[in-house]
Amino acid sequence: MDKLKQLHKTLVNNKFINYTVVFFIFIILFLLINSGVINRYLSNLIIMILIMIVMATSLNIATGFLGQLHLGHAAFMGIGAYTAGIIGIALQDVIASDLLLFLVATFGAMITAGFAGFLVGTPALRLRGDYLGIMTLGFGEIVRTVITNLKSITNGAQGLSGIPRIMTFPIAFWTTVIVVTLIFLFMNSRHGRAIISIREDEIASESVGINITRYKLLGFILASMFAGVGGSMFAFKESFLAPISFNFIKSVEIFVIVVLGGMGSLSGSIIAAIVLVFLPEYLRDFNQYRYLLYSSVLIIIMLYRPQGLMGTKEINFIKIKTWIKSKYTKVFLKGSD
Amino acid sequence: MELFINQLINGLNTGSIYALVAIGYTMVYGIIKLINFAHGEIMMFGAYFAFVFAYMIPWNLPFILIIIISMILAAIMGMLIERIAYKKLRKAPRISALITAIGMSLFLQNLALLIFGASYKRMRPLVSTEPVHLFGFNISKLTLITIGLSVFFMMVLTFFIHKTKPGKAMRAVSQDKGAAILMGINIDNIISLTFAIGSALGALGGIFYAMAYSQIYPTLGVMPGLKAFIAAVFGGIGNITGAMVGGYLIGIIETMTKAYISKQWVDAIVFGLLILILLFKPSGLLGKSTKEKV
Repeated sequence: MDKLKQLHKTLVNNKFINYTVVFFIFIILFLLINSGVINRYLSNLIIMILIMIVMATSLNIATGFLGQLHLGHAAFMGIGAYTAGIIGIALQDVIASDLLLFLVATFGAMITAGFAGFLVGTPALRLRGDYLGIMTLGFGEIVRTVITNLKSITNGAQGLSGIPRIMTFPIAFWTTVIVVTLIFLFMNSRHGRAIISIREDEIASESVGINITRYKLLGFILASMFAGVGGSMFAFKESFLAPISFNFIKSVEIFVIVVLGGMGSLSGSIIAAIVLVFLPEYLRDFNQYRYLLYSSVLIIIMLYRPQGLMGTKEINFIKIKTWIKSKYTKVFLKGSD
Repeated sequence: MELFINQLINGLNTGSIYALVAIGYTMVYGIIKLINFAHGEIMMFGAYFAFVFAYMIPWNLPFILIIIISMILAAIMGMLIERIAYKKLRKAPRISALITAIGMSLFLQNLALLIFGASYKRMRPLVSTEPVHLFGFNISKLTLITIGLSVFFMMVLTFFIHKTKPGKAMRAVSQDKGAAILMGINIDNIISLTFAIGSALGALGGIFYAMAYSQIYPTLGVMPGLKAFIAAVFGGIGNITGAMVGGYLIGIIETMTKAYISKQWVDAIVFGLLILILLFKPSGLLGKSTKEKV
């Protein structure tokens, strides 16, 4: 009983610490942005990182936890972005509050992207491995072509403009926090464990009574819905959408973040998103060499750490705390010797 | 009817290019189960090599020599890429190898950007495009040479795979790597050879592609690479004859769609076809389906 209480205490403590750290990061960044220490360019970059975090963690459901090769994630982002953009343009005079407008549009984006995920997922998840990857790639290209050609709704290749630019740092930050928390809680629930078991061994998990098709579809739809959220954030940040933003290269970019961070590690995705969005900007000094360096870094990391930066591990602030504590006590004990 | 025949010839022309590039995808996939995303970039480099040897050096080399030099250079490039980036990852999870291939593709694109610049370069056809009369139709000489040379090289490849010792070794390695080692086959050499042949044919495809559209730029390989990859899947990935058939089919379907249905929707139709094939016959037209065993 005592042990149970201890466990309960650690768990509560653990959550508390994680939330505190998130809150502190927010306060610090918010103050820095408001006081002008972080300029407009940098704060835009931070919002872009937050969008990529949403995209990468959502793709992590399908690729990392479910173990499926998914090369068309940008298409779902595009569907979400266009839905949110069109809703945003239509309702900007009706809804006065920016936050409410964003929430309504995001809800719409989640529905359309999730529905697209359902439509693609139902037939696609019968396929395995590379074939699924090829199919999602093909679907992504189809979505791009459809968006380009549906001129009456999306304004074709010229792009959809006039979306209200309402994405501020606090909205982006808390949306990201909510999405990542939801994904984390889902993955640690019963359903999440069922999904992870499918990744580990499909046949074995089927034999213990897990409905593989249902859980695969569930994972796929969830990934698409959260991609819709990322798309909505993107639409309200850029205020302009073009089909070229959601092509195969974009899907690959998101996919690279997931694999580089470690498939099945949400904190890995977050770190990799930060690194990979910052890296090309940071390398601006090298000008024309920067994408050469970027791709070399990619290859070198994969050669020497094929499981990604984090593997399947997560960063946990409680662990860091106990680690610091143990180190401290060690020093303390040595001192008392 | 005349329009139809002309479109068919155009389709065969594009199809030859797709088939040449698809062979590289399918051979590499057959032997190390890797979707080599950098293959489209080798195709692009092949075109640039031809451009350099045709216009940037003072000697006036004959067309055949330019092609052969470019193919050899591309083959060396393919082997180097395999040795540097893929060899270490043969036993790693397949997804890491895939990311490395994507990284390699980005690397090569930016290398080309750095060396040759971002501007579109004009690639004048190295052979005359004047029409030739054949069975009452006017066909450009370039088209004839494209189709002819492609078919010739594919025949050489088929002969090589089926009748020679290294070809036999290649088939053995793709069937069972472990058993191939036991039979005394040097796997490393065979994989290098596969990359060399695939890259050389890909470069040939790139040269024809650049001449057909008479321009050349660093991202030239992306779209035809993707289409050729679809062709490989279409015919059954891992199957060389399948890649040739798939290449010609995709080429003909694409030109026919452009001519008779819609120019804008052509990509959606081609990719939709790919999805249909994957759903109803995932192993492709000529591929064998494999059952998963516990």
